[in-house]
Amino acid sequence: MEHDITLTVNDTEHEIAVEPRTLLVHTLRDALGYTGANVGCESSLCGACTVTMDGDAVKSCTVLAVQADGTEIETVEGLAEDGDFHPIQEGFRKEHGLQCGYCTPGMMMTARELLEDNPDPDEAEIREAIEGNLCRCTGYQNIVNAVEFAADRMETDAANRDIAADGGTDRTTDTVEDE
Amino acid sequence: MYPAPFEYERAESVEDALSLMDEHSDSITELLAGGHSLLPTMKAGLATPDVVIDIGEIDALRGIENAEGSITVGALTPYSAVDDSETVWTETAVFADAAHHIGDVQVRNRGTVGGNIAHADPASDLPAALLAADGTVIAHGPDGERSIAADEFFEASYMTALAEDELLTRIELPKRGGHAGAYAKKPSPSSGYAIVGVAVVLETDGNTVTDARVAVNGAMDHAVRLEPVEEALSGESFTDETITTAAERATDDLDTAMVMDDLQASNEFRAQLVEVYTERALDTALDRSSVAPPAAD
Repeated sequence: MEHDITLTVNDTEHEIAVEPRTLLVHTLRDALGYTGANVGCESSLCGACTVTMDGDAVKSCTVLAVQADGTEIETVEGLAEDGDFHPIQEGFRKEHGLQCGYCTPGMMMTARELLEDNPDPDEAEIREAIEGNLCRCTGYQNIVNAVEFAADRMETDAANRDIAADGGTDRTTDTVEDE
Repeated sequence: MYPAPFEYERAESVEDALSLMDEHSDSITELLAGGHSLLPTMKAGLATPDVVIDIGEIDALRGIENAEGSITVGALTPYSAVDDSETVWTETAVFADAAHHIGDVQVRNRGTVGGNIAHADPASDLPAALLAADGTVIAHGPDGERSIAADEFFEASYMTALAEDELLTRIELPKRGGHAGAYAKKPSPSSGYAIVGVAVVLETDGNTVTDARVAVNGAMDHAVRLEPVEEALSGESFTDETITTAAERATDDLDTAMVMDDLQASNEFRAQLVEVYTERALDTALDRSSVAPPAAD
């Protein structure tokens, strides 16, 4: 028997009927067309299928679609805004954080959670964060560099936004605390 | 790798879960929490339940409570919440340390404390920590609630004292003043599960160990206490020498022929690892304790 579920993927709400045994990764890829999440080991080890679910990085091959009912999912397709790379994507490009690219969407989504929780991670923290994402090409160093690049860029972008906000006339209550 | 088809039921409350378990008691039924033990098993075809009862949405079973005398951890609390909890690190460091050692970020986000303990994988990390912390498992069944001491809970590989019609709802970890705890693990390089993992909790009075609880995962078919180590520590001053002497006794009560033996480690090698990781866990506990280091010469 199929079950009706609601998934919000990259801010778009989808109502869909799924068989209970359907894995989230297959729902995302096959039913909804978000093919960024890759199917790698299918056994919760490689991390290629990593997406965020209500902000937490999860391996979507080890979540049933019915378990994700009502959650907000972000896939790699949700990172870029208006065609501009997200700093994480920019980092992987600039620092050559990929070769074959298969692990990359999962790496990026794990980095996404890391940088939300810890905007200025050191190298050890980055390596610990990506422990559940396997790359068979790069040896990880360039991936670590890519995440460091992203952290720096996001910090700079945030600082620039603050400057722009300070210079603007429509101050919000958010900036008052900083004064 | 799709799991075989099954009927899916979602429980809205503990009572609802118990009534669904009763309703499907004639079928092969599995409870689904975070799914990080069950789903891999089902995908591998090692479990083919007719009915899966999803308890993952029962919010009352999620969270860490700093109660009088104990820390209560709801069954659905993910490992990441335990690892992130200053309260758990402060009051019962061994449990937080073990949660920190599980899998990876994504696994810790989904895997649950209750699922881990109820599944009772001999190579999992929380069982020995629960033993060392002197924890209690709370289970709900048709006749209400009962408490099961950690020492009575783990019976064999994937076998616990939980009855078929019971649901693990929370665990309680006693608070200890003047304690030091740690977990040291040799993970499998491929799966991350413990080849050996040793959990230690020491109560100290000044420089003296007044009580010790030491337990190991991965060595036997279920987590077990290492009583000779506990005896060697109790009443002694907490020093490097005491630790070395105590760790040497780690396998005194273990029947080497019954120590786990597989492709990753022979039983002899595992037995040696038990001693090494007992020493490492004790070293970490000593580093974390408030025991003053001996004055420099």
